[in-house]
Amino acid sequence: MSDRLSVFKTYKLYVGGKFPRSESGRVYEVTDSKGNWLANAPRSSRKDARDAVVAARKAFGGWSGATAYNRGQVLYRVAEMLEGRREQFTREVAEAEGLSKSKAAAVVDATVDRWVWYAGWTDKIAQVTGGANPVAGPFFNLSSPEPTGVVAVLAPRESSFLGLVSVLAPVIATGNTAVVVASERAPLPALSLGEVLATSDVPGGVVNVLSGGTAELAAPLAAHQDVNAIDLAGADEALAKELEISAADNLKRVLRPGPVDWAATPGTERLTAFLETKTVWHPTGSLGASGSSY
Amino acid sequence: MASAFEYAPAPESRSVVDIAPSYGLFIDGEFTDAADGKVFKTVSPSTEEVLSEVAQAGEADVDRAVRAARKAFEKWSALPGSERAKYLFRIARIIQERSRELAVLETLDNGKPIKETRDADLPLVAAHFFYYAGWADKLDHAGFGRRTTNGPSGANPAPLGVAGQIIPWNFPLLMLAWKIAPALATGNTVVLKPAETTPLSALFFADICRQAGLPRGVVNILPGYGDAGAALVAHPDVNKVAFTGSTAVGKEIARTVAGTNKKLTLELGGKGANIVFDDAPIDQAVEGIVTGIFFNQGQVCCAGSRLLVQESIHDELLDSLKRRLSTLRLGDPLDKNTDIGAINSAEQLARITALTEQGEAEGAERWSPACELPGSGYWFAPTLFTNVTQAHTIARDEIFGPVLSVLTFRTPDEAVAKANNTQYGLSAGIWTEKGSRILAVAGKLRAGVIWSNTFNKFDPTSPFGGYKESGFGREGGRHGLEAYLDV
Repeated sequence: MSDRLSVFKTYKLYVGGKFPRSESGRVYEVTDSKGNWLANAPRSSRKDARDAVVAARKAFGGWSGATAYNRGQVLYRVAEMLEGRREQFTREVAEAEGLSKSKAAAVVDATVDRWVWYAGWTDKIAQVTGGANPVAGPFFNLSSPEPTGVVAVLAPRESSFLGLVSVLAPVIATGNTAVVVASERAPLPALSLGEVLATSDVPGGVVNVLSGGTAELAAPLAAHQDVNAIDLAGADEALAKELEISAADNLKRVLRPGPVDWAATPGTERLTAFLETKTVWHPTGSLGASGSSY
Repeated sequence: MASAFEYAPAPESRSVVDIAPSYGLFIDGEFTDAADGKVFKTVSPSTEEVLSEVAQAGEADVDRAVRAARKAFEKWSALPGSERAKYLFRIARIIQERSRELAVLETLDNGKPIKETRDADLPLVAAHFFYYAGWADKLDHAGFGRRTTNGPSGANPAPLGVAGQIIPWNFPLLMLAWKIAPALATGNTVVLKPAETTPLSALFFADICRQAGLPRGVVNILPGYGDAGAALVAHPDVNKVAFTGSTAVGKEIARTVAGTNKKLTLELGGKGANIVFDDAPIDQAVEGIVTGIFFNQGQVCCAGSRLLVQESIHDELLDSLKRRLSTLRLGDPLDKNTDIGAINSAEQLARITALTEQGEAEGAERWSPACELPGSGYWFAPTLFTNVTQAHTIARDEIFGPVLSVLTFRTPDEAVAKANNTQYGLSAGIWTEKGSRILAVAGKLRAGVIWSNTFNKFDPTSPFGGYKESGFGREGGRHGLEAYLDV
């Protein structure tokens, strides 16, 4: 081994497809599970949160309007890019969560596979949750799911990578755009994920990643009038209640926190939590009314 | 302007319904007084005649009803689905048998025309119970349980427990059906609070539960005011809250259940856009506009209360619309020829009056057909406003009355932008002969129910509910089961 001095990475936010520092200029020390310094992560401000919402809103039309097939391809591309960075994420997850190298590698593998799982859902969820309704009258009647809009996601506190992807991927798979607040204690895998997304054909603004104080960032997101939903996975009980009250102001869809085994294959509940159902009616007319049976 | 033909009165007989001078709360299978002995009067909005005196539930009664429902839950949820189904089929059939009586009762207590209660409300009520009856033993097929190739995994669809349900006064029995049918089919038990101005049909429903032999405590009915509703929402032993009503109350409920495990569905206000393109068949569109805003005196959360008309046909469409409005018959709701009945309450009439006065004050142009209003009761003539801008209060706030705001647009993009420019997202209408335009516009509208070349159609198989501040969750169809299952 050479004595070469390594090059540190400045970890930055991922907002609107760019990598800004916090507008506040603040950073905080991120340490590994033993307390050793790892990096200075941006401590995002309320303004950063609002900027991220603007970026997510701007991206919503294009992303929700993309074909489900296209979204599936883009999500699969994320998995491809991750696959090539497995070593980097294994190191980051090992440091963040205090895991052995082999255990961290298993977590990263599961995370890549989770992206693949959700990539396959993009063009199937509409068939599972929507469909024709046999109304008692001469009408064509069809229910289809549509994305709710801009979703604020509080990533799980402990599972810094598998948990993060498990809450983020279902949000964007269905066409929502996301503002993600990374685990406060272990934000580095999330910030690195931004670098992967930026090189994976995910349009800028579809996913925005903030690091910093969860409570400090979650409060303005839960109260934001242009945020349509919030996933409280990373909030403790007291914070979750406070945020849910605040979210009622514009009737955000709220996914409450609960115990989740991130390693288990998920159900569809994180997909359906941020879907609306649109039902369209149209008269069918009455061909054959004269008695013809074709 | 054409006027209505002269018709001889054709009143439906009210002898088909026997309203008792007083009613109690329905708790644990029995009618009972309120703990504090409070009562309130329910009046006929078309005459202000007192119909009956009804026990008024308070916090102690809510607690008693929730305990009855909790006690009943154990056996009810353990019944085979096929047995629960048969109870619901019984209820559906008894509603059909008693539909004329219930239609007259509803018209008396609510003020809406008998034509509507007879031909819309009651058939839909029975259909709703019939539809959900069939689900009770098929929940494993509803797609909520998880099955993998390795065998069963994850939880089977299970009921939540006690459902606290609060319904509005605009479709009293139909909203009861939307709430109770899916709740019982999925194995929950129910405490339901009807609106204070329309308690009677829910109390008659209690009698139907008795006739059907429904086990005691499975359905509890608590007539009362907002304080009883608030107590029900806040009760710690309620597992599910379902509310239909105003957006303001819906937000308050969402705050109340924050931090609990209570599952919540809200069906709230709307400001539906009814979009008419220049190639629409005008006569059909006019009928759709009338249905959209004057059905049930416009006291409909999904009413098409904003007419968006393409500029090039504005004058032609308005002429036809005004001509049509001049033929609407306003008067005795029990008369079979009546199109427009009474406003449900003095309070609602005052709200409609205030908002329309504000519309005038803000500069919109008001028009109503020549229309004689009865001397007693609560009445409001069909009204439309032209020269309305998006900033006007009457284009933004839900009026919940027979008042239509007319706006114009030039391009489909402008129509969509204006239609979506609202805090609400419940319904919308599209009128055009061009299929691709219907699908393109329907795809862009942020609303839960889109009626194209029709309006205000409802069916138990068709999910209903809103986007944005019109609430969340769906009622009706397979989707409607989710609100009552632990999935």
